[in-house]
Amino acid sequence: MSDLSGYTPERTDWGRFALRWGLFVILGLFALWYLAPLFVMLTTSVKTLEEIRTGSLIALPREITFEPWAKAWSQACSGITCEGLRPYFFNSILLAVPSVAISTVIGALNGYVIAQWRFRGADTIFALLLFGCFIPFQVVLLPMAKMLGLLGLAGTIPGLMLVHVVYGIGFTTLFFRNFYVTIPADLLKAAKVDGAGFLRIFVSIFLPLSVPIVVVSIIWQFTQIWNDFLFGVSFSSAGSQPVTVALNNIVNSTTGVKEYNVDMAAAIIAALPTLLVYVVAGKYFIRGLTAGSVKG
Amino acid sequence: MARLTLEKLGKRYGRVQALSDIDLAIETGEFVVFVGPSGCGKSTLLRCIAGLEEISEGELAFDGERVNELTPAERGVAMVFQSYALYPHMTVYENMAFGLRLAKAGKGAVEERVREAARMLQLEPLLDRLPRQLSGGQRQRVAIGRAIVRDPRVFLFDEPLSNLDAALRVQTRIEIAGLHERMAETTMIYVTHDQVEAMTLADRIVVLRDGRVEQVGAPMELYHHPANTFVARFIGSPSMNLLAAEPTDAGVQVKGFAPTPLTAPPGARGLSLGVRPENLRLAEDGETPFYEGDASLVEKLGESQLVYFDMGAEAEPLVARLPGALPAKKGDRMRLATDPEALRLFDDAGQAVRAG
Amino acid sequence: MFDWLERQAPKLVLAPSFAAMLLFVYGFIGWTAWVSLTKSRLLPKYEIDGFGQYERLFNAPRWDVAIENLAIFGILFIGVSMALGLLLAILLDQRIRAEGALRTIYLYPMALSMIVTGTAWKWILNPGLGIEAMVKGWGFDTFTFGWLVDPDMAIYTVVIAGVWQASGFVMALFLAGLRSVDSEIIKAAQVDGIPTTRIYTAIIIPSMAPIFLSAFIVLAHLAIKSFDLVIALTGGGPGYATDLPATYMYAMAFSRGDLGQAASSAMIMMMIVFAVVVPYLYSELRTRK
Repeated sequence: MSDLSGYTPERTDWGRFALRWGLFVILGLFALWYLAPLFVMLTTSVKTLEEIRTGSLIALPREITFEPWAKAWSQACSGITCEGLRPYFFNSILLAVPSVAISTVIGALNGYVIAQWRFRGADTIFALLLFGCFIPFQVVLLPMAKMLGLLGLAGTIPGLMLVHVVYGIGFTTLFFRNFYVTIPADLLKAAKVDGAGFLRIFVSIFLPLSVPIVVVSIIWQFTQIWNDFLFGVSFSSAGSQPVTVALNNIVNSTTGVKEYNVDMAAAIIAALPTLLVYVVAGKYFIRGLTAGSVKG
Repeated sequence: MARLTLEKLGKRYGRVQALSDIDLAIETGEFVVFVGPSGCGKSTLLRCIAGLEEISEGELAFDGERVNELTPAERGVAMVFQSYALYPHMTVYENMAFGLRLAKAGKGAVEERVREAARMLQLEPLLDRLPRQLSGGQRQRVAIGRAIVRDPRVFLFDEPLSNLDAALRVQTRIEIAGLHERMAETTMIYVTHDQVEAMTLADRIVVLRDGRVEQVGAPMELYHHPANTFVARFIGSPSMNLLAAEPTDAGVQVKGFAPTPLTAPPGARGLSLGVRPENLRLAEDGETPFYEGDASLVEKLGESQLVYFDMGAEAEPLVARLPGALPAKKGDRMRLATDPEALRLFDDAGQAVRAG
Repeated sequence: MFDWLERQAPKLVLAPSFAAMLLFVYGFIGWTAWVSLTKSRLLPKYEIDGFGQYERLFNAPRWDVAIENLAIFGILFIGVSMALGLLLAILLDQRIRAEGALRTIYLYPMALSMIVTGTAWKWILNPGLGIEAMVKGWGFDTFTFGWLVDPDMAIYTVVIAGVWQASGFVMALFLAGLRSVDSEIIKAAQVDGIPTTRIYTAIIIPSMAPIFLSAFIVLAHLAIKSFDLVIALTGGGPGYATDLPATYMYAMAFSRGDLGQAASSAMIMMMIVFAVVVPYLYSELRTRK
């Protein structure tokens, strides 16, 4: 806490009062700026098309309709099909849950080895893994498409899963490695003396201590995978598209009348899971971001 | 409950030789302390015995059986760590039971052993607490308890007192001594850099320097008959005065001091004469002083005081431990005497020349 | 057997990740580099042909636009996000009431997909029904705000949306940095009678140099990889006025079927990233030891 408020003897009480209120107003205005798009999205999503055409962007809806939400969920058209976001929303869940679980488990084991069972070359492997976090994924897009084709996974959810796991390992390993290096080496030695082996020490000692970093890893990976668009649009086919790709298709679909209220409802639906995670576990979300900032 | 033999034991890290040619036999039930300055290899040696470090050369045997390749649990060792290394998410009870459960001890046996150890260490009211709810001293006792329940063949301590405050350190030292008495059959090895701990706890002390054994012996043997100047300085506080000496016709003599009755081997050069501060006293009237000079500094310790005499710019000052009641002050002229039996002589390589 | 397994367990655990990295990162980069040196078009060819693809790339007007856009977007996105993030962090650091709530509000856009962000801003900036219509509705009949459909200005809408999304994150980084400055030093400065603004400019901000660096790295990395935001907001348009290297590469790979151009543009992107990131990564790994 850099606590600079306590010692300002040259100012009068009134001056301080004005200053603090000014500060508060500025911060409040910024808060409005950050909230405005969410507000506009929400109000637009419950307005009728007629009201959208005639009313103001920031006006509250005169009458509330949930029709656009229902349409976004189950009828909106993307390209050729008109099934709404629902099937793609479930695609994203089907994709994200196993990918998050697998990459977190692998990252935890990798981090455990790199931080606690150091062997010659382990640092080099860590550097190689870390390096993989930084590459622009465009550079692997073409060969990955080819590889998925060879494996028979092109355009499938398992194929996308493979992609997310492979390129997520770098981050999860980094999280766990940085967490496990803070655990004193004596703990591992004590467990060895107690007769525990490699896996037993991991399961009985390290894993129970890892709850916070497991949460960070899950949130980070979930946000990344849920919000991903590049891999989704590159490697999925009509039936296996994740929700972001479907949202983009709905918004940019050129058939029929442009239904802005449906677009906004769809956007909110697509954003809900990660927003929920942020609201429920914001502390861990920020930790992931700042830990991930070592990587980029 | 094991007799340890170390034969030509060595440890290398890449090109760095951390330990070399360690030959040592530790008897069943013996309390041995490894002592030496930091970086001397004492902790490495302990971890080699524990099975936490691979032994590069030589052999380690428990009761005559080679154990180089065995894991710590297979060797039957238990260890108390400097940082205690308690499992933070387990209660005191679980911390102590973990090793037993891994060894597939029955539920009743686990319960019985943990309760017994808890009783012995007065941990009974704390069994359901987590380590972070305990004080430093209590954590230390849990760490000891975790080692006791396993009923180890060899009990290892890695600087267990260095994280405790001074008062608690003395108390725990006494407790460990008591533990050794109660577990008379269990071999104990204790690593420390503190010579007071070494002196008070050990049956035998092993002094290490630069990965080699300098001397092995009972505490008082090391105190009275150090094998070399390193041990002479390391054991005892303040450390032994070492004065450059020369053989003369009257006996070995330090410049500016009275001659001593010690004789040097013919042709000896670069001798040092050693005398402990506590073996210097004020000369009685009429007695020929061993040394006469002005006190350059006086440190009052209460029961005694340390009086320093300047020995010139090159040499360390001479220190004498004199009774605390003596009204000494800086600048006082003093006449010091000593008993010839207390004098030690070392050659130019630092090795003791004449024991006794 | 069991002993051997136990001994080798650490290596066995790392081996699959290591192999996967070798193949999926380093092998794939190698493949892309190789293809970028061939005459590949719709199908990959594997005879090395030299730097022809790179020549074509640098002669393509569309690539010029993409690079120019990256420069505009990169500089403004990084600069404004950092400035705004630092300002917000300093203001929030004044023991503000409701700090937690404000922080939550500033940071939530980071949890959104860039597709969602793009969709929202596309609606807000829509000339017919968005801000423009709103201001006109207030009586300013001559007001126009058509950046989204103006080839010269469209890239700035990407900047606006990007800053909206990422500046809260920069604020969080900086706030953590401000809070980690040793409070003893600040107290000492206060006792010496140094005014608050001087304490910030002379003591706190300089001591946060590493955080500036990591914020810069993160933002630069985001800027170079930006793809989703452009796709959702402008689709690269009007025309290809808001193309970035990432969208250029994607268009070549998947709609134009020009593998050689896709590969060479991807390689250039990677080189730009590495020029920024490698020195940083190198110093990170060195100081860790």
